[in-house]
Amino acid sequence: MPAVEQTVERVKEIDVDKYKYGFSTDIESVRAPKGLSEDIVRFISAKKGEPEWLLDWRLEAYRRWRTMQEPTWAKVHYPKIDFEDLYYYAAPKSTEGPKSLDEVDPELLRTYEKLGIPLKEQEVLAGVQGAPKVAVDAVFDSVSVVTTFKEELAKAGVIFCSISEAVKTHPELVKKYLGSVVPITDNFYATLNSAVFSDGSFVYVPEGVRCPMELSTYFRINAENTGQFERTLIIADKGAYVSYLEGCTAPMRDENQLHAAVVELVALEDAEIKYSTVQNWYPGDAEGKGGVYNFVTKRGDCRGDRSKISWTQVETGSAITWKYPSCILRGHGSRGEFYSIAISNGYQQVDSGTKMIHLGRDTSSRIISKGIAAGFSDNTYRGLVSAHRKATNARNFTCCDSLLIGDRCGAHTVPYIEAKNSSATFEHEATTSKISDDQLFYCLSRGLSEEEAVALIVNGFVRDVLQQLPMEFMAETQKLIGISLEGSVG
Amino acid sequence: MLEIKNLHAKVDGREILNGLDLTIPAGEVHAIMGPNGSGKSTLSYVLAGKDDYEVTDGSVTWKGEDLLAMEPDERAAAGVFLAFQYPMEIPGVATMTFLRSAVNAVRKARGEEEYSTPDFLRTVKEKAKDLKIDMEMLRRPLNVGFSGGEKKRNEILQMSLLEPGLCILDETDSGLDIDALRIVADGVNALRSPERCMLVITHYQRLLNHIVPDRVHVLSKGRVARSGGPELALELEKSGYADYGDEATAA
Ligand SMILES: Nc1ncnc2c1ncn2[C@@H]1O[C@H](COP(=O)(O)OP(=O)(O)OP(=O)(O)O)[C@@H](O)[C@H]1O
Ligand SMILES: [Mg+2]
Repeated sequence: MPAVEQTVERVKEIDVDKYKYGFSTDIESVRAPKGLSEDIVRFISAKKGEPEWLLDWRLEAYRRWRTMQEPTWAKVHYPKIDFEDLYYYAAPKSTEGPKSLDEVDPELLRTYEKLGIPLKEQEVLAGVQGAPKVAVDAVFDSVSVVTTFKEELAKAGVIFCSISEAVKTHPELVKKYLGSVVPITDNFYATLNSAVFSDGSFVYVPEGVRCPMELSTYFRINAENTGQFERTLIIADKGAYVSYLEGCTAPMRDENQLHAAVVELVALEDAEIKYSTVQNWYPGDAEGKGGVYNFVTKRGDCRGDRSKISWTQVETGSAITWKYPSCILRGHGSRGEFYSIAISNGYQQVDSGTKMIHLGRDTSSRIISKGIAAGFSDNTYRGLVSAHRKATNARNFTCCDSLLIGDRCGAHTVPYIEAKNSSATFEHEATTSKISDDQLFYCLSRGLSEEEAVALIVNGFVRDVLQQLPMEFMAETQKLIGISLEGSVG
Repeated sequence: MLEIKNLHAKVDGREILNGLDLTIPAGEVHAIMGPNGSGKSTLSYVLAGKDDYEVTDGSVTWKGEDLLAMEPDERAAAGVFLAFQYPMEIPGVATMTFLRSAVNAVRKARGEEEYSTPDFLRTVKEKAKDLKIDMEMLRRPLNVGFSGGEKKRNEILQMSLLEPGLCILDETDSGLDIDALRIVADGVNALRSPERCMLVITHYQRLLNHIVPDRVHVLSKGRVARSGGPELALELEKSGYADYGDEATAA
């Protein structure tokens, strides 16, 4: 409840200019030439000083990718991407791994400041005493430049670093798990990512350890015309627990930006991973021009018995979102959860949902999706729930609610259900509603402005999912909901 | 304080208010009665500024200002409050959250300071107690699953929190049991003041025993067909609206 309570207040705090998050910093980028070839893949790998096996892995993906076609099944439309016209490597100038914040490019710190990150991350970054212990592994452009709290995490035995670093310091773990959830052959974008991934986070929580703090990453696309290919790998060993937060903002610009990340989660016996995302990349201008293309592959593998993976996502940005965080419920008695808020306004197109693949006995999954469409946008929930032959007593509950604001937008629900085991119980509920004029008028007559009223009603609509978010993210999320729906009525 | 002159209003192309005149001086409570469909709720919506109600002629002046030129939220800030005949449900939004948002929005618009959390809670608690509203109820989503009487009491709670200058009560008494009626009436009476005027829409004399009006108006076919003192309500209770139907048809 406190979450929703602050909404209107928060919305009021926001600057009038909607895209205060829309700016570019001019940290000089080190770039590989445009286009993709084996040489570029080699260049990226060499730049990062990678071992032979990883280069081979990348090259295999690259060759595979050359034979693949861009998928067209999603309900999204965009001009064809010229993959030869993109940069596949860009790194901020200061890549030598700063020892402390003093060594961090001040321009970068100013960027964080401008982001107005409400999560006290700024204090964390600035090293303020008594700041909350949210560890930040900030991916600025493509290379991780700031990693804090490592020592404290190390005490607990938790490894939290950039994946490039992990390749060097924990090659056995990376080798064992990288590509084990999302294989290099998985899909067009994941394969592309495997070939050229720049950087991302690596987390390993050892057996029996409960990670002492929320881990958090801010992603930020910066250099123009640079595709972003983060790669994240999180492993919770037996009985371990970790909660990971990912958030991002993007500069305003006039060119489409491709973002094709891959996130792999592995939960072993009795382990639990909670992965939360708040995504507010630039959605494009009033005509829908210039926003980010977000083609992400996120998948969790409940590999051990009684393991649990929970995805919570708040999608408010991007021109196009193509994203299906999924769970493979392999371990017996494992559980997958997907909580989603997807907001589309203007000309945004969202095609998002989840896949719950029940393989083991007594596996259960829960899907709560809240889609909000405004303006001229299109918002599709696409979800698959399947039970394998051996998945005795698989259970799923799915609830997809759509809320329409105005009558020029669209909401669609596309559920796929496959049960190959007769003992599976799958329940599906779906509703579509509109913010009624009467509800709005009721709020207005109590003194709320139209925007406050919409933010309030929408925050009510998404309440079930909001409550799944870690506290650190709630305030930002509510703000975002307000921002992303500005101008959606009247 | 409130001056309505020759008000004509249309809904869906149909004229519902048809030359309505009404003046409420500061500090007075006026009751409006009239048959179903005579335009009582329409009048209340027009005063609150609902979109689909198109004013085709006439004027409404509130404290010397043109009320019709204001947006609904501006009217709320200017002190207009409508207790709805059918209050809206807003799923997922805790009643408390709604109250706080509304109160702070209005206070801000009036150039007053927003409530701090403890001040707000104290104020709500006090007022809720007077209206015999359980705090537990205020944690539930706004009006969702509230009984008819609870919804009405919640309207009065909002009214007292927003400190309006013009209180419009649209059939607040319907759906209330006898005790609740007294509680609500007491709540309304507590708000009576020389700076405030009230427009009480009701079908029943019963409410007017508790909230004694300065004037009673009978609305028929979109205009005031007759006005009088409190005794007019008693007379209507006996004779019904038959006369007014005829008169209005003839007009
Ligand atoms: N949105 C609308 N569309 C069409 N007709 C409407 C609309 N709103 C009101 N009306 C009509 O206007 C007339 C007046 O309605 P109104 O609700 O103002 O009556 P009332 O006096 O409040 O009646 P009651 O005592 O039953 O509450 C009715 O005939 C009603 O059907
Ligand atoms: Mg009515």
